[in-house]
Amino acid sequence: MASAAARWNHVWVGTETGILKGVNLQRKQAANFTAGGQPRREESVSALCWGAGGETEILVGCADRTVKHFSTEDGIFQGLRHCPGGEGTFRGLAQADGTIITCVDSGILRVWHDNDKDVSSDPLLEVRVGPGVCRMRQDPAHPHVVATGGKENALKMWDLQGSEEPVFRAKNVRNDWLDLRVPIWDQDIQFLPGSQKLVTCTGYHQVRVYDPASPQRRPVLETTYGEYPLTAMTLTPGGNSVIVGNTHGQLAEIDLRQGRLLGCLKGLAGSVRGLQCHPSKPLLASCGLDRVLRIHRIQNPRGLEHKVYLKSQLNCLLLSDRDNWEDEPQEPQEANKVPLEDTETDELWASLEAAAKRKLSDLEQTQGALQTRRRKKKRPGSTSP
Amino acid sequence: MAKSGDKSSSSGKKSLKRKAAAEELQEAAFAGDGATESEGQPPKAAAFPPGFSISEIKNKQRRHLMFTRWKQQQRKEKLAAKKKLKKEREALGDKAPPKPVPKTIDNQRVYDETTVDPNDEEVAYDEATDEFASYFNKQTSPKILITTSDRPHGRTVRLCEQLSTVIPNSHVYYRRGLALKKIIPQCITRDFTDLIVINEDRKTPNGLILSHLPNGPTAHFKMSSVRLRKEIKRRGKDPTEHIPEIILNNFTTRLGHSIGRMFASLFPHNPQFIGRQVATFHNQRDYIFFRFHRYIFRSEKKVGIQELGPRFTLKLRSLQKGTFDSKYGEYEWVHKPREMDTSRRKFHL
Repeated sequence: MASAAARWNHVWVGTETGILKGVNLQRKQAANFTAGGQPRREESVSALCWGAGGETEILVGCADRTVKHFSTEDGIFQGLRHCPGGEGTFRGLAQADGTIITCVDSGILRVWHDNDKDVSSDPLLEVRVGPGVCRMRQDPAHPHVVATGGKENALKMWDLQGSEEPVFRAKNVRNDWLDLRVPIWDQDIQFLPGSQKLVTCTGYHQVRVYDPASPQRRPVLETTYGEYPLTAMTLTPGGNSVIVGNTHGQLAEIDLRQGRLLGCLKGLAGSVRGLQCHPSKPLLASCGLDRVLRIHRIQNPRGLEHKVYLKSQLNCLLLSDRDNWEDEPQEPQEANKVPLEDTETDELWASLEAAAKRKLSDLEQTQGALQTRRRKKKRPGSTSP
Repeated sequence: MAKSGDKSSSSGKKSLKRKAAAEELQEAAFAGDGATESEGQPPKAAAFPPGFSISEIKNKQRRHLMFTRWKQQQRKEKLAAKKKLKKEREALGDKAPPKPVPKTIDNQRVYDETTVDPNDEEVAYDEATDEFASYFNKQTSPKILITTSDRPHGRTVRLCEQLSTVIPNSHVYYRRGLALKKIIPQCITRDFTDLIVINEDRKTPNGLILSHLPNGPTAHFKMSSVRLRKEIKRRGKDPTEHIPEIILNNFTTRLGHSIGRMFASLFPHNPQFIGRQVATFHNQRDYIFFRFHRYIFRSEKKVGIQELGPRFTLKLRSLQKGTFDSKYGEYEWVHKPREMDTSRRKFHL
């Protein structure tokens, strides 16, 4: 059943219609999960994050200001929590030590107690971040440190256990060559591992690195890419570069040591809404308004691995961090090592709600195997070689 | 050699060809073009030594002659084969195998995974609650604003006027150099549902921006093959004020559905069949052909049509979520020629 297989999904995607989709790339299946059985546009997913306890739970932030708990083990929505206050959708969702941190568009950042029994309780902490927030990101190394940024809302780093004032408040760059003020529009923020630095990408197609440890409040490094607003960003496994996506569906890898463009990834046709890299493997998951989830390989060689058509517009995604991408043998009746013939997968398709998918190459069989350079497109209806 | 040359100038074509053939044979033999037994071969045109092709003859006139002869031969053989096949089919009668269907690019189209299945609930829900829902639920009726790029020339102005007769409840306004982002809020307050901007370049209309108004998607098209009413041959009289019917052909993929719905929301819901007018948006190979006809049923099965209004061809360049904002808007689909046009059999609409 879909619920039993839910734990083996590699990517979880939230859509505009309120459906949470779990995609298993090994078996090439996508399953829909909704809280109420029917999709509802009021529940469109605006933020996703892993819950406490590894990857067994997902916190789903919806447009009607509720945070739902979804269990990947059982494949059902377990709890619901209203997080009122402020206006707009969730721009950031994080969890730390049994609390949920939410930030909305109008700049109200609240920390809530995360328990199912007490549905309507007051927030533990409330911070006003400033209007027009576009992203709130939690530092993976320090769960009580968050950073916020937005349109005409400069980057600020907050310590939720510390004072009410931000720990680091970024300063705008100098006036440009016409002596005009450079506008601010921070669209996405990432914390660089190993140091205190932060990277942001802006709606004015700039990528900036800030260092709170240095006395300079202005960005330490600034580069530009393209001509369109950058909407999403993720760090690569090496830690030296970021991958950014813009509203035209262009993905680019930018080296942060020199501020150079390393290369581009092609395939997306619509605005990039969610990007995430795997922590150890050179894989990048991207989703956007063109309703397709794509997995790219970032190095040797750079290219598209999987492409999944999911019928609704995709808002955000979560890529599973686990190293073992094959299904563990749990139930005896399920075939585990999937030979990639259509006949074998047909049996599994019959028992699951599956969306149409197209496989491009069969690389995920063994992890350390050398990848072939030549890829052949698998036409639908043809048997695999 | 000179003697045969004289003869060729005075005699008819056939003898010239035969002489040319004989000469070619000998020349080829002398040149040694892979010919092993040149003397042994009969002096016939068809028996060339292997490895020799007509294109290797250096003399252009002779080469042309040889080629025309070869072509006529091919045609004869083809005709003979066709006749033979036809005879065989007649002989077999009912047991004849079905005629093979010729391959066309439309036949060979690569199956698009985003093709909408009519039974799909998720897509149905998506469409039922998208930006056009208020039109399809009959809560709003269309009111269109048609304008152009700044300082339009005659063709564009006339196209706008003719379009406004085709689309009911539409108003043409002169674009006095105003910014679209300023026009749009004013349109919204005046209850317009759609905005059409016809872009002009070098005195001909070449682009169309169609923006659904309260917060709907904006589609940007390339427009080509524009024919105004007076340029259409054998056309009928000017269209009347009746509301036309709409035909949307071949919008199969998810993107095609969105565009099709956009076109449908331009026209009011209740077509007046008395007017016998129909507007057609026909999609073929990603080109959308717009035609406006008046039809009349001469009998149960025979229809006569008269083409009326303007006609043009559109090709989608981008579909942007939200009203017109080309710099900072989010795009749902952008046409990228180097990535999307690599296969001649793959289409997106």
